[in-house]
Amino acid sequence: MGLEQFKNRNVGTQEYRVLDLQESPKTPMAKFVQVAKRTFKGELFVGLGVTVREMFNALFRGQMHTVKYPLEKLPISPRYRAIHEMLRLLESGHYRCIGCGLCEKICISNCITMETRYDENQRKEVSEYTINFGRCIFCGYCAEVCPELAIVHGPRYETASEQRASFSLFEDMLTPIDKLSLQQEYDGFGSVSPNADENIKKTPLAY
Amino acid sequence: MSEVKTVENMVNIKIDGVEYQAVEGEYILNAARANDVFIPAICYLTRCSPTLACRICLVEADGKQVYACNAKVKEGMEIKVKTPAILEERRAIMEVYDVNHPLQCGVCDKSGECELQNYTLELQVDSQNYTIPDTKRETQNWSSVLHYDPGLCIVCERCTTVCKDMIGDAAISTTKRGGEDIDKAFKESMPKDAYAMWNKLQKSLIAPSNGTDQTNCSDCGECIAVCPVGALVSRDFVYQSNAWDLKRVPAVSAHSSDGFAIYYETKPRSIEDRREKIFRVTNEWNYVSLDGAARFAYDFENEDAIKDEAAFNAAVEAFKKAETIRFNSVITNEEALMLQTLKEKMGVKLYNPEVRAFQKFLNHYQAASGRLLWSTDTDAIMKRSDFVISVGSALRNDSPGMKYAFNNVQKLNKGAGLYFHPVADTLIPSFGKSVECFNHKPGLEEAALYLILDLFADAQMLPEEVKAYIDSFKTSETKTIKEKVDKTVKEMVKDEETGEEKEVTKKVKETVEKEITVEKNGLVNLLGGDSEKFADAFEKMMKKKESFSMMVGEDLYFHEKAENIAKLIALIEATTSIDIVMAPPKSNALGVALICDLDDEATGYTVGYNENGDFRLSALGNGDLDMPAMNQQEGTFTNMSKRVVPTNAALPYGGYELNDLMKVLVGAPELTIDWTEMLPEAKGYHAVAFDDLPNRYLNNGTEDRGYLLDIASTEVALPTVEKFEESAALEGEIAYRCNPARQFNDFTDKSHEIFEAFGVYASPAKAEELGERVEIVFDNGSIVMDVIADGKMEGDIIKVSDFRAAAGVYDLFGGSRYKNVTIKKV
Repeated sequence: MGLEQFKNRNVGTQEYRVLDLQESPKTPMAKFVQVAKRTFKGELFVGLGVTVREMFNALFRGQMHTVKYPLEKLPISPRYRAIHEMLRLLESGHYRCIGCGLCEKICISNCITMETRYDENQRKEVSEYTINFGRCIFCGYCAEVCPELAIVHGPRYETASEQRASFSLFEDMLTPIDKLSLQQEYDGFGSVSPNADENIKKTPLAY
Repeated sequence: MSEVKTVENMVNIKIDGVEYQAVEGEYILNAARANDVFIPAICYLTRCSPTLACRICLVEADGKQVYACNAKVKEGMEIKVKTPAILEERRAIMEVYDVNHPLQCGVCDKSGECELQNYTLELQVDSQNYTIPDTKRETQNWSSVLHYDPGLCIVCERCTTVCKDMIGDAAISTTKRGGEDIDKAFKESMPKDAYAMWNKLQKSLIAPSNGTDQTNCSDCGECIAVCPVGALVSRDFVYQSNAWDLKRVPAVSAHSSDGFAIYYETKPRSIEDRREKIFRVTNEWNYVSLDGAARFAYDFENEDAIKDEAAFNAAVEAFKKAETIRFNSVITNEEALMLQTLKEKMGVKLYNPEVRAFQKFLNHYQAASGRLLWSTDTDAIMKRSDFVISVGSALRNDSPGMKYAFNNVQKLNKGAGLYFHPVADTLIPSFGKSVECFNHKPGLEEAALYLILDLFADAQMLPEEVKAYIDSFKTSETKTIKEKVDKTVKEMVKDEETGEEKEVTKKVKETVEKEITVEKNGLVNLLGGDSEKFADAFEKMMKKKESFSMMVGEDLYFHEKAENIAKLIALIEATTSIDIVMAPPKSNALGVALICDLDDEATGYTVGYNENGDFRLSALGNGDLDMPAMNQQEGTFTNMSKRVVPTNAALPYGGYELNDLMKVLVGAPELTIDWTEMLPEAKGYHAVAFDDLPNRYLNNGTEDRGYLLDIASTEVALPTVEKFEESAALEGEIAYRCNPARQFNDFTDKSHEIFEAFGVYASPAKAEELGERVEIVFDNGSIVMDVIADGKMEGDIIKVSDFRAAAGVYDLFGGSRYKNVTIKKV
């Protein structure tokens, strides 16, 4: 379709029709009669009837169309980026985060901070980890850059709070150990691509 | 003198078709770097000998493959950095380095500044062709500061090279890895250099060179600085922070008088506590090597200081009634100038015993030589000197920069060295084969200088009476020595078969007695040497030597005959080809000596700045008014290289500064650094604003930091020197005021990574004799201290630490560093 008709701003030559409006009532009585007529037409009850029918269908025939939020929530796309989750290793239950600091570095709103230390097992331990959700813009870079698939975006999107800056600590985001079996592998932002194997060059091993 | 060598001859070279100029005799790699051309190299360190461990700097020079780190440039040389064959070699080398290298960049402390990462990416290593079973390698802690993870080590040997060639401790070396042999098939299939490098790599690892699992070294941490990977990390820094999180603040080391260029690296200390904290200190290791204090004594800041108005007003009152301000050398030039201004405007006395002796010495030196300051610096010594002499400084403790230069000359310039010091140190002779140590009696420093005059002075120039005086020590005596001589003897031998007689010549050894005249140099013997042996040794030492230099240390400033010594040094400078460098006692002693007009004694009400006093200003947080510590303030230092170098504030400071007091007392500009351009031009300072001072090293190694002082010089006649008295030599129990390496002042003491204790250091034998704790009685007081054995000391002299100002050790020693004491067991 061309844009000619939109570019033609000469209103007078276009096809306008004048609506067939009846004359407005003049006397107060005539005005009252018109209002009463329009109000109490039978059409009102046609609309009400539809409402009552659908209510009946929903409540008694199991044809409910709305979601009972907040008691009920719709499933959300894995690509949706809501409040972060920290995942655990399924085998050992140990948290996956190795404290590499890449999420901290890549974060464009500078809201991730971590503390690490040399632990008793000569490993790097993440002693503190926090995200300032007052600043987080949920861009998903942290999940994308994470080499261990440790930090991911979860489906928890209710982020309203009493104050703008609310912090989340490592423990808040970590999968509870008793719910490890329920931990879902994340396949959204930053997860391994389905054809990852094809792109890998294997390193020879002398064992 | 050395002027001949300073005019550097340039040659023309071509790198990848582009013409460049390079210094003649320079290695290709350095020539390329100086011209901003990149040649990959891992194992090479600019001021150390080439190791040839990595072989990655392979280039083609005039059609031949050479290693850029040990091939020298020639006129007209054509260099190709990349040829297909070289690229193949380099890629193979990087692949080999990546074999079995743990894929733990995610947690590695070096990640982000790792040369293995960089070169792996640079050479686009995206697949691996080589393989070998790994060896079990476990992490070790080598000392209180060194952490070694052999799993990450690529055995480039930079750590061992720097420890040997620069630091001089040679505390680490390669050891057997016990790895498997490389698959024979690789020998044919892989590039030659890569195979050779792998072969060496597969056989070695790094370990303490004394055969134990602990290094016996000065804990300077230079090995940490040069490690290209995460194998060597400070124990305190392991897994603390990623390199990229740290903010680098260029500064100057506040402890030794070398004024090393350092970077304080800071970031917020934790999630809850967002105050900045210094996590580590790094350096430009190709151009400057730090000592342990510069690297590890960084957390001496005066935290949480607030603007305490009551204390401030009290301080103003204290200054108004003060007769004396006592301070030390941990102070910037600007602050020194402020104190000098106070002296001029308010008539207070400036008392600084640490610097006063040095200042007097400099004055004597100037009067005798006509020069305000000495002629050379440690960098110049390392670059061209091949004979160094050290007089009057305990090299290992006093001046790390001098120690490094002394050692570097032995290792790199095929040099020789003479070390004059009363306290025998087992480390110094280990620097090189041509190092002769004189452990003379304290008090005979002048004899050492006379010996230097005797050995090096141009006899034509020396005043007659000095010549006569030196000759008076020489005796010649005839000595009968036994010598074995080959003697040819003719014999008649009867052949048994034929019965014929034959004449046979035979060589027979015979001992003959021979008379020779031996020149005996009484000075050598007086200094505790053996004149004959020394004559032989010295002849060898002098072979092919062209550039001489002498290091003068603190002992000579704190000396009863300091004036005569200064004259002798001026005489040495005038009559020999020796260049002189003097070590200012501590930190910014030179700046204070030049800027402040110091007084000999403190009287009346005293304001102490980081020192004892009736009212104490303190950056240590324990005074009456808080002051910023050196890592919290900006300003300039005057270092041993006669350079005015800028330092910046790494950490915030919330309290009052000296400048605030100045504003109230006599009026002052807005900022402390506004004083920088007011530094006295008569003493060689320039009227340059602080913000205009450069602070960097150029790619060719040029130090572009601040500016050099202008050294005024006038022509003066040769000084008349006095004879020395042999009876001045101290006998009996002697205490020497000397700090352990890494300790310089209260600030190093405050730092948590410095562990050297305040006490009496003695040789192991002496320490055993003394027991655990002793009282040392001086003429004017006594001090009770712990006894600590120092394995590198020999002899009976004990070293008494002075780094705690509150202990008042300076006052006990007074004008000398050596004192006769009585030691009582406690």
